[in-house]
Amino acid sequence: MRKLAMVWMVLCLVLSAGTVLAEPLRIGALFSITGPAAFLGEPEKNTLEMLVKEINAKGGVKGQPVEAVIYDTTGDPTKAVQLATKLIKDDKVVAIIGPSTTGETMAVKPITEKEQIPLISCAAGIKITDPVNPWTFKTPANDHIAGEKILNYAVGKGQKKFALLTVSDGFGSSGREQLKGLLAKKGLELVADETFGPKDTDMTAQLTKIRAAGPDAIICWGTNPGPAVVTRNVKQLGIKIPLYMSHGVASKKYIELATPEAAEGVMLPAGKLTVFDKIKESDPQARLLKEYDAAYRKTFGVEASTFGGYAYDALQLIVAAVQKNGASSDQIRSGLEQTSKVVGVSGVFTMSAGDHNGLDLSAFEMVRITAGDWAIIQ
Amino acid sequence: MRRELIKFALFAAVVLTVPAVVKGGYLLNVLVFVGINTMLAVALNLLLGFAGQISLGQAAFYGLGAYLSGILTATHGWNPWLALFAAAAAVGLLAFAIGFPILKLKGHYLAMATLGFGIIVYIVFNEYVDVTGGPSGFPGIPGLQIGDLRFDSDLKSYYLIWTTALLIMLLAVNLTRSRIGRALRAIHDSEVAARVLGVNARLLKVQVFACSAVISCIAGSLYAHTVTFISPSTFGFHFSVELLTMVIIGGLGSIYGSCLGAALLTLLPEFLRTFQDYDIVVYGLLLIVMTMFMPGGLVQGAATVWRLALRLLPAKGRGDA
Repeated sequence: MRKLAMVWMVLCLVLSAGTVLAEPLRIGALFSITGPAAFLGEPEKNTLEMLVKEINAKGGVKGQPVEAVIYDTTGDPTKAVQLATKLIKDDKVVAIIGPSTTGETMAVKPITEKEQIPLISCAAGIKITDPVNPWTFKTPANDHIAGEKILNYAVGKGQKKFALLTVSDGFGSSGREQLKGLLAKKGLELVADETFGPKDTDMTAQLTKIRAAGPDAIICWGTNPGPAVVTRNVKQLGIKIPLYMSHGVASKKYIELATPEAAEGVMLPAGKLTVFDKIKESDPQARLLKEYDAAYRKTFGVEASTFGGYAYDALQLIVAAVQKNGASSDQIRSGLEQTSKVVGVSGVFTMSAGDHNGLDLSAFEMVRITAGDWAIIQ
Repeated sequence: MRRELIKFALFAAVVLTVPAVVKGGYLLNVLVFVGINTMLAVALNLLLGFAGQISLGQAAFYGLGAYLSGILTATHGWNPWLALFAAAAAVGLLAFAIGFPILKLKGHYLAMATLGFGIIVYIVFNEYVDVTGGPSGFPGIPGLQIGDLRFDSDLKSYYLIWTTALLIMLLAVNLTRSRIGRALRAIHDSEVAARVLGVNARLLKVQVFACSAVISCIAGSLYAHTVTFISPSTFGFHFSVELLTMVIIGGLGSIYGSCLGAALLTLLPEFLRTFQDYDIVVYGLLLIVMTMFMPGGLVQGAATVWRLALRLLPAKGRGDA
């Protein structure tokens, strides 16, 4: 009899608890946590888990706890498609964050569009939001913004002839296309257009050709380790013209790989997280960046990375949309489009029906590498 | 032959009733990809399991199918079916052309040559940006359609893919039971002996290589029209090795084994997701254990386990009494 009473009590407790706790806000996430793009997926996953905990500790979104369903795509587009279906059909999420790479995002996009689930990609490729689809958004700034930042600075210094040296992967080919377009638009001259493979260990051949073409500056577009090799080769060949890098190498790892001596004087557009301890106090992002980096260091023991920031921003944007509009997929979608001055890690977001990225030139700072550290160019 | 047909009919019946049990959702979507991988594994098994010729470049034929279909339909506005057959014909011819010099090689050298071919094709997908879209992929491929029936849901795709896969399996079973199949197995055991018996080994090897390429190419076209987006990373060297694993785990020379191997390697990671961060370790361990204790593949292994169980069970019964 006593046993029965106990069971009754437990049942009552469970049922009452069920009515007190609101239905969670289920958000799906697809990151390439393992595989070749793990350097993107790992910080994204860590950041998302950390942020969800933080939001729930503060009482959730409008009283609703947040639940993140995170899957590992291993960087494989086919797997990303399967897992997106799983998130939508089995887990019934209201929105999806990710995937980490452009290829995976392009593979998942047709599904989320058909099922009408907002997708906020953490990949940079411009194809994701251009042309704009009502259901697809992204948090990393477009490559052409970084390119424009470089060219604006270079033009200010009177440089007119440029050489491109880009890596033959998604990031490099997208950057190459954007830069060529920008150069033409600004009436600047492209005198050499060279590429290198992601795993190449020597770029002197390309650089010798570039030197022969006589440019005013070299723009190199890639992610580690290629650009580090380029930097060392430039030094070895004694090429004296300015070398610009992309935002893809805006981490201390690059300076380490290239050696501080060779990297001295290299200029690049960097997201503000890279130089968060050097930007002005008055910068709208200053406080958020400091807090994010401190929290990340405390939880995971390493410095926060720009990539984790993409996931951070995606969740913040969803939360802002829910607070403004409501928690259904349709309300989140229209809420995202109305995003106005939401401060994030990658920049300050202001979206519209025609702009599903919402970042502008202020997302980057031009920095110069000086004595193995970043220095903001005023 | 009749027994073989009954076996196939039973298998087909099971495959076609699966959607009724699964009832949509995510699993059905994964099963569509199991169907595609089955075609690819069967294609490789014809070559490796029967004729004994290794290929590490299967992903290239798969990718060529996908890219040719994608480019012909999305860029040039062809009818998807026409594109599928055109791609299959083109890839068949290509395989025939490279088959003659490549299949003169044996063992490790053949593996190297096919590996090289696979890598060349991968580089073309990656670098010929103006046509293939390069590393960031090729979007906007239209779906397949017969009359007014559009294959735009998982259920419809399931039937499309599996009908094709079953047809290919039936063809493969037929082929292996024919005179040609026996000739292929003869080549597998000893090419010299086969030639002495009057088998045109050289031509036959090239033919089965081309046949395997065409099947892979069709699978690629179907993949492109089902997913509607393709990128080079799907068709890399890694995938060729995965296919090889499917065939070996399933059992060399067993068509149903290939299907089982494809199903296992595609579904296993999904079920292992419960292990969270350790899923890859468990996956690797399972593969090692399977190859160690079932060297003949899953189908043979299952038969051995069954016989063992039969022998052990009565013994246990006696013990209890």
